[in-house]
Amino acid sequence: MSRLQVNLPGLQLKNPIIPASGCFGFGEEFAKLYDLSILGGIMIKAATGEERYGNPTPRVAESGMGMLNAIGLQNPGVDGIIAKKLPFLGQFDTEIIANVAGSTPEEYETVTKRISQDPVVKAIELNISCPNVKSGGMQFGTDPRMAAELTKRVKAVSDKPVYVKLSPNVTSIVDMAQAVEQAGADGLTMINTLVGMRIDVRTGQPILANRVGGLSGPAIKPVAVRMIHDVAQAVEIPIIGMGGVMEVDDVLEMIYAGASAVAVGTANFVNPFICQELISALPKRMDELGIEHILDIRGKAYGATLHRA
Amino acid sequence: MIHMLTVVTRRQIAKGATELVCRLPDATVIEPGRFMHLRVGPLLRRPISIANVEGDLITFLFKEIGQGTKELAQLRPGDQIDALGPLGNGFPVQHVAPDARIVLVGGGIGVPPLYYTMRKLVERGISCEAILGFDTADSVFYEDEFRALGPTTVTTVDGTAGVQGFVTAALEPNRFDTLFACGPEPMLRSIQHVPITHKFLSIENRMGCGIGACFACVCPTPDGHYVKTCSDGPVFRAEEVIL
Repeated sequence: MSRLQVNLPGLQLKNPIIPASGCFGFGEEFAKLYDLSILGGIMIKAATGEERYGNPTPRVAESGMGMLNAIGLQNPGVDGIIAKKLPFLGQFDTEIIANVAGSTPEEYETVTKRISQDPVVKAIELNISCPNVKSGGMQFGTDPRMAAELTKRVKAVSDKPVYVKLSPNVTSIVDMAQAVEQAGADGLTMINTLVGMRIDVRTGQPILANRVGGLSGPAIKPVAVRMIHDVAQAVEIPIIGMGGVMEVDDVLEMIYAGASAVAVGTANFVNPFICQELISALPKRMDELGIEHILDIRGKAYGATLHRA
Repeated sequence: MIHMLTVVTRRQIAKGATELVCRLPDATVIEPGRFMHLRVGPLLRRPISIANVEGDLITFLFKEIGQGTKELAQLRPGDQIDALGPLGNGFPVQHVAPDARIVLVGGGIGVPPLYYTMRKLVERGISCEAILGFDTADSVFYEDEFRALGPTTVTTVDGTAGVQGFVTAALEPNRFDTLFACGPEPMLRSIQHVPITHKFLSIENRMGCGIGACFACVCPTPDGHYVKTCSDGPVFRAEEVIL
């Protein structure tokens, strides 16, 4: 087995690098730059029941080593994705993970049922943590009972393993993780963005038209590492870690903290070749640090989880 | 796709406006109206329009507005810039009729890409005119450069140079059949409906990736859909977008 190979429920990843949902579209733009088959997998942009046009602009605002976004789940709808996007993605030798969002439990069920039956899709990422939509999204991801109930319903209709994407905007992410694990989640992906706001001092008004948005990028990496570290020790299911990964050591940090694979988000906007570069840089860095297989270091940073909040 | 540019010269050409001439590592064909996504500032790239390309030299002209453009204005000869591009779709210079009557309308920091555009039109033997709008006399730049290419009218809001008022004060629509414009949104909005048959507008938007993947820079269209400024534009037909 290759030293980068990672096998997770439903996913045979040739390496642990996966572009994160919302940061890679449906792969079309990046396919012009490099061969997507080199990727461990691809988390595609969220699918909802109907086409969504998203929020008004401005939708992005930079902040110290991070960015706020409030795109608002713009997507062609599940039928449009199945008809127009999945056939394109199917030509690549990489694992496609479909991100599913909705305003109601019924919408989540409908979308999951439809998209999980497509042979191109290998796993579902249940998006209960989008901070940028008025209904649904994060409201399901901040109450353990609601998250568990939704996970149960989605699991019941899904043809493929379900990974629940956790929000960091909660009092106890460990409670959230345990709740969805007990409800049948096959894995976790974490963390989604942190809710934030920026104000233009010339106008005195928020920069984002949506007023608030989700903070991503290097600024949130320590938060992600801490949360992965705490959750990984409290659950049995695997974690795909994400949050501010920009370089190869960030990947290793997430795996030390307990992640089994790593998603790369905002970095794709700064350097569209970043995933390709990380994949080729990993073996050399592992050699330097004396790491044989990438998962040999998984959870090696475990210790007391002092901050359960 | 990613080029390491080397700064050759930097000079301030008007109040708050900097001209940066850089060397491209390889000869790259760049159509007027496209842009480069420069890695300056804390994290995200900055889309900067292209004011000129001659041989392996590329010129950027920009106003210091935020942290990214401030950093860009402080670069010195020999410094390197990581540039992604050229990106987007430019003005249809190669597709206009040889006898087209073209007016180029630029407002403030929207003026730079029109210089390269006019140069390319003149190279094709197409005669065109320029109307350049600025706030005040001390913010005017590239007036002589434009005049060398064809008839040029400068307008200033306060009347300290050229015609007093906005660009629309100097625009006589019946003399033209094609308009290329770049400038602030209120300016583009005001010329969106002037009676000129073919109107192409270069629009500005806060961008993320620059390649069409992040959906940050969308612009609504009259049919209820949207276009992405970075990859579908930044140049659109006037009737394609709602400003």
